[in-house]
Amino acid sequence: MPAIDIQGLEKTYSVGFWRKRPKRALHPLHLTVEEGEIFGFLGPNGAGKTTTLKMLMGLVYPTGGSARILGMDLNDPRVKAQIGFLPEQPYFYDYLTAHELLVYYGHLSGVSGKDLSQRAEAMLERVGLRDVGGLQLRKFSKGMLQRVGIAQAILHEPKVVFFDEPMSGLDPMGRREVRDLMEQLKTEGKTVFFSTHILSDAEALCDRVAVIHLGELRAVGAVADLTSGVRGRVELVWQGTTIPAAMKALGGECHVTGDTVRVVLPEESQDGALDVLRRERLRLVSLVPVHTTLEEYFVEKVRKPEKTAGAIA
Amino acid sequence: MNARVGYIAFNTFREAVRDRVLYNLIAFALLLSGSAILVGQISMDVERLVVVNMGLTAVSLFGIVIAIFIGIQLVSKEIEKRTLYTVLSRPVRRWEFIVGKFFGLAGTLVVNAFFMAIGVFGALLYVAHKFQTPDGWILVALYFIILQFLIICAVALFFSSFSSPLLSAVFAFSLFVIGSFAEDLRGFAAITKGATRWLATAFAYLLPNFSALNVISSVAHQQPVSGQLILNNTAYALLYATTALCGAVLIFERRNLK
Repeated sequence: MPAIDIQGLEKTYSVGFWRKRPKRALHPLHLTVEEGEIFGFLGPNGAGKTTTLKMLMGLVYPTGGSARILGMDLNDPRVKAQIGFLPEQPYFYDYLTAHELLVYYGHLSGVSGKDLSQRAEAMLERVGLRDVGGLQLRKFSKGMLQRVGIAQAILHEPKVVFFDEPMSGLDPMGRREVRDLMEQLKTEGKTVFFSTHILSDAEALCDRVAVIHLGELRAVGAVADLTSGVRGRVELVWQGTTIPAAMKALGGECHVTGDTVRVVLPEESQDGALDVLRRERLRLVSLVPVHTTLEEYFVEKVRKPEKTAGAIA
Repeated sequence: MNARVGYIAFNTFREAVRDRVLYNLIAFALLLSGSAILVGQISMDVERLVVVNMGLTAVSLFGIVIAIFIGIQLVSKEIEKRTLYTVLSRPVRRWEFIVGKFFGLAGTLVVNAFFMAIGVFGALLYVAHKFQTPDGWILVALYFIILQFLIICAVALFFSSFSSPLLSAVFAFSLFVIGSFAEDLRGFAAITKGATRWLATAFAYLLPNFSALNVISSVAHQQPVSGQLILNNTAYALLYATTALCGAVLIFERRNLK
């Protein structure tokens, strides 16, 4: 049974004051996330990531399709006891202390008994806020609020955790800690679904990712599988400052650095480029394949216009 | 009461206390003690009447202003600051949120009114030196004021569930002012004819009848309040507040929290 099963979920808003016209925020989305996965939901700003998350949280109503979490319909009241949610740029009741906030949310999540306060303490320690648990949230920095947000999302030990831009506002150390925490959650058997546009985080963490743009799903799969499908490239470096005209004709952009020239070419141009170097009697310094990053794959997917709706399972 | 409603109500009360809403009690205490001292000095056997009239009117007005200005923000502020997202992504139903907010605000106003009532009785004791049996009717007037608070809380929440805080404030305050003249509106309806009569009557019954809940003047004159009126006003206020609250829930249940 998938942890998250989205079947044709879509959202169209009516915009305009007098003459209402439809504006589609999300095309029918088909997506499944398996239990225990860390799943990255990637897309530029305004792609439809937050709309999707809000529909899964019951904050926005879909105009079509359905979704199930842990086999339960979104309208099933039992679902919400099993999920945790960190919204984008979270803001909490700033008159409460971090500890009070966690206890309040614990009560709302159905956690009761004497150990709630201890659990809140433990959670604050887990996100590195133990010493400021008694401080009102109005005195917290953006990064500290993000940590409180993460603590409230996992306080009640949900099976599926949704993070909307969890790295936002965090310094490099904070980002590293959140990444470690997500990996811990995975080892505890939890499913983590997070949206981000910080692709290095997704590349380092995710078992699978989905790329969404303009409300349409563009791709889903493991990072390695997705990037392996991208056309290969090679980097060629030769001695000297001469750039043969035939090399330029192969399509790469040449850069002179000191007494060497560097060019990145499509893999299929490799033999032609070597022939040019031989003909021009230029000494080859290195020839290495270029690893395609998720960022390059993402940019390609987001730039490419696609007409079809995102029906990719 | 549902436990989650209770937690939300308590948190709403805690917010009001920590945001120093109850500081209005200081202004109220200053106003009342100043007036009591003044009245005590220019006494012409009406000091009891003046203190009761002014004290209860102040309790009512302070409470109404707080009810409107907190009530209209109860939902919109949570949406604007996105604090609602982490509440509704938990096993909390939307109606529980609205009802919790209502009870939280109502609780704040009751506590506020309680302390103000102590002030009114204190000022009365200061000017009159002793209590008399008819002073007990002041408690009934205070009870009616609390019923007004319940209605205005529910109405403010109703407007807050679909409009901006500014518009909600205008609507709620207008409703309070017009509702305070509901009896006059009914009187006007009785002397008109045709469609005007029909419209004026419909308006008079649709608007909250705050004038029926205002017995300040008669209590200040030490006149008793009938048991029937207490019963009718209780039923009326509960029915009106419940209807407004149901309206707020119905609208809020359908709302997309963008």
